[in-house]
Amino acid sequence: MSKMHVTTTVNGDEAEFLADPRETLLDCLRDHLGLTGSKEGCGTGDCGACSVTLDGELVCSCLVLGVEAAGKRVETIEGMANGNELHPLQRKFIEHAALQCGFCTPGFLVAAKALLERNPDPTETEVRYWLAGNLCRCTGYDKIVRAVLDAAADMRKEAA
Amino acid sequence: MAKDEIREFRLVGTRPDRPDGLDKVTGRARYGADISAPGMLWGAVVRSPHAHARIVRIDSSKAEALAGVKAVVTRADFPTGLTGEDWNLQENTMAGEKALYDGHAVAAVAATSALRAQEAARLIEVEYEVLPHVIDVDDAIRPDAPVIREGAADATVPEGMPPNVVRYIDFGRGDIEAGFAEADLVMERSYKTEATHQGYIEPHACLGQLGEDGKGEMWVCTQGQWFIRRMCTAVLGLETSQLRVTPSEIGGGFGGKTTIFMEPLSLALSRKAGGRPVKIVMSRSEVLRATGPTASASMDVKIGMKKDGTLTAARAEFRMQGGAFPGAPVDMALYCAFAPYKLPAVQHIGYDVLANRPKCAAYRAPGSPMGAFAVESLLDEMCRELDLDPLEMRLKNAVNTGDTSSYGPKFGTIGLIETLEATRAHPNLSAPLGPNQGRGIATGYWFNHNGETSVSMALSEDGTVQVSIGTPDIGGSRASIALMTAETLGIPYEDVRVNVVETGALGVNEPTHGSRATFACGKAAVEAARQAIGEMCRRAASEWGIDPEAVEWMNGAAQPAGPNAGEFPPMTIAEIAGKMGSTGGPISGHHESVPDGVGASFGCHVVDVEVDPETGRTTILRYLVVQDAGRAIHPSYVEGQYQGGAVQGIGWALNEAYIYGEDGRLQNSVFLDYRVPVASDLPMIDTEIVEVPNPGHPFGVRGVGETGITPPLPAIANAIHQATGARLRQLPMSPPRVLAAIGEARQG
Amino acid sequence: MPECCGARMVKVNLWSSLTRFTDGERAVEIEAGTVAEILDGLTAAYPGLGPILDSGVSVVIDGEIATGRHTPVTPESEVFLMQRLKGG
Repeated sequence: MSKMHVTTTVNGDEAEFLADPRETLLDCLRDHLGLTGSKEGCGTGDCGACSVTLDGELVCSCLVLGVEAAGKRVETIEGMANGNELHPLQRKFIEHAALQCGFCTPGFLVAAKALLERNPDPTETEVRYWLAGNLCRCTGYDKIVRAVLDAAADMRKEAA
Repeated sequence: MAKDEIREFRLVGTRPDRPDGLDKVTGRARYGADISAPGMLWGAVVRSPHAHARIVRIDSSKAEALAGVKAVVTRADFPTGLTGEDWNLQENTMAGEKALYDGHAVAAVAATSALRAQEAARLIEVEYEVLPHVIDVDDAIRPDAPVIREGAADATVPEGMPPNVVRYIDFGRGDIEAGFAEADLVMERSYKTEATHQGYIEPHACLGQLGEDGKGEMWVCTQGQWFIRRMCTAVLGLETSQLRVTPSEIGGGFGGKTTIFMEPLSLALSRKAGGRPVKIVMSRSEVLRATGPTASASMDVKIGMKKDGTLTAARAEFRMQGGAFPGAPVDMALYCAFAPYKLPAVQHIGYDVLANRPKCAAYRAPGSPMGAFAVESLLDEMCRELDLDPLEMRLKNAVNTGDTSSYGPKFGTIGLIETLEATRAHPNLSAPLGPNQGRGIATGYWFNHNGETSVSMALSEDGTVQVSIGTPDIGGSRASIALMTAETLGIPYEDVRVNVVETGALGVNEPTHGSRATFACGKAAVEAARQAIGEMCRRAASEWGIDPEAVEWMNGAAQPAGPNAGEFPPMTIAEIAGKMGSTGGPISGHHESVPDGVGASFGCHVVDVEVDPETGRTTILRYLVVQDAGRAIHPSYVEGQYQGGAVQGIGWALNEAYIYGEDGRLQNSVFLDYRVPVASDLPMIDTEIVEVPNPGHPFGVRGVGETGITPPLPAIANAIHQATGARLRQLPMSPPRVLAAIGEARQG
Repeated sequence: MPECCGARMVKVNLWSSLTRFTDGERAVEIEAGTVAEILDGLTAAYPGLGPILDSGVSVVIDGEIATGRHTPVTPESEVFLMQRLKGG
């Protein structure tokens, strides 16, 4: 199958790649752009390890074709910190030991950031339901939920 | 170290940021699938769609004719003549005469892209003669079951056993009939648990390269790079040292990444493709169909109890299938089953049975959860019958230091009683329960493990320290090793960098398994640091012109030991390191051993559930894990082990199961259908770390990873019983099963 | 009885199904000062145990799995043979 030329914006930078029309956005990020922070845990949209935002909308990049990214804005885990300044969620994940193996962590961070942008003051239940599409097999979610709630509190303080 | 001896630590027991945290929150950490190499090919595997089938013919001509296809391998490309577990590994890597389960690899192909490799795999034609299959353990043990492999039984199996029984074990002591006769209540029940998968989120991935000269390299996500090296070279007939294996960061393992699956295929493909590196990344479906789940079990348990709760005798007969190969953890299930209790008479019988399923791999406290489900459920049932408090009954019978274990040997220093007492004191036990709610209690046990260990440390020129370990960091062990090393050397935590190194950099290490990394590598790192301290004291002594015996190490510096040694200002590690090039050369320490002093860990869980009587759905309201850690080096990661283990157990109890069709094919090979717990299924998981220090470890560490998966299975069954009056003796306790059990209980 | 056979006789507790190789004895006396001598002594006295010992067993001495063949044992040691233990 002949490849298609795709021009898109990834983490604020213009990016171009040649995609087989069957390749997912996740494949293209990982294999064509070298952005391996997004992970494939299932390939069927069940685990959330490949979470990115596409024009601000949270998606599983394994369920989006690479060619669909043309002309859109893609934000991945690699763009989450501002230079050397970590996003409060990233800081809180380390502080709360909210990761063990760390494989699901990029997806959780991207998904949690999307939550806090919509709802800066979520309840524990809201956090749990928003993150129900992200699987973690190591932590039992306890420390992840605490980290998200704590980051939200910090961000509200900063915003105030 | 006496139990009541309190030692103050500067770093041990604190909660600093883990050293690999930054890499893991920024996406920089490199896992199995994250590496590529120049000239790299992609591999894909052809898998059997049949549970049991003779392989008549494999025709790869169409695949080989496809542009970009560089190599195809089948079993014909592997050496012959292997025996024992090496043969099992080879046969599981690539089927020989027969495909033994749905998903068994039969061929593999390498091509210039992942899509091309998948296309080529579809073009490989395999002709099968389908054979009768058997899936369930109770079917597999029948004398007339389809025979999976002739002659697979080992020497433990007496004559006359059914053909799929490949290992047999029985052990015990005392007169169990007299024990049952002495009891006021004797109950006997049967239980079943389904196979579950470790469910690590990272699928298996590797990048292998092998030349015609037999020299190779591999990048792979694994719990143990030396295991990968030994197994791959055995399966391929290579010299062990010629393969260099570098472990990637690992996206979870839980025992499932202590063995090989497709790794030898990448090497075999690479060799056939002129030495070009070959990357293979499994799909989730391949992970579930073809990598190690745990065993399924069918169990009969009989227990005798006096009116006051005293146990008089117990008997367990367990049948487990671990797939089409020997290795179901029936022995360990039996060893753990009654381990928390003093028993004057006990008998254990176990059968390891073949079935047409994937070869089981280790999964967190292998065997222990199944046995606990049966024993702890029955004990709860008996407590209710005799109107006894289940926690008090457990305290009454709990083993203590020096007691004889149910499986024979005496216990060393253990903390079960302390754990049960801490449970009794916890506020969760007095939380009020509403309608349709119930509380369940259960205990669990794991031995913990030492294993071959090799650690080295070296001083850098500025007085900071690097430590090389061979156990991949699954859950924060870099942090715990750095804490113990820094504590020993008297330097800041941040001055220690812990590196997980490749096979070429250290002697043999067993994997990160058996809850051994913080125990065994920690102990070895402390020994290595002490060795370096000895050398640093000698260097200082030479500088000062005094006897090395007159120098002691304190607060990260060499100091004269007492007034007679002379008046010298402390010489810091940085000063010693800065001069080491001119005082005798590099300063390092290393330690190689199978460390002794393993400390076992007991836990007790308390769960509150609410069961919807209309749907049978169980909601976890409250969950408490109490477990003896010996000593928590980094308490956050100890809590994390407790919480993660508990939630895996919750999944096993309520949802997770391998579901096979009549055709022997796995029907739930994606995460949508193989449903692991998600965040919205759960409350916070409360933890309490009990610390009864292990005298066999310099800081008292026991190992904490495994025990936590064991109690949830029975604790939840016990809670559901209290909530509904229905006693579930088969897992998973899914809504339809709970609903049916409620209906039966109502009909009485 | 240890007294009749010298000072180094060690009692080794087997699991029950091994008793068919030991003339029904659940515990056997082996002259040994180390784990290696226990294993070699068992094979010499009861050749049927050989394949089982070769395929890997854990020797538990006074409650702890022996870390190697050179681990010492004494006539006072409590010695159990168990199937090889591993972990996840």
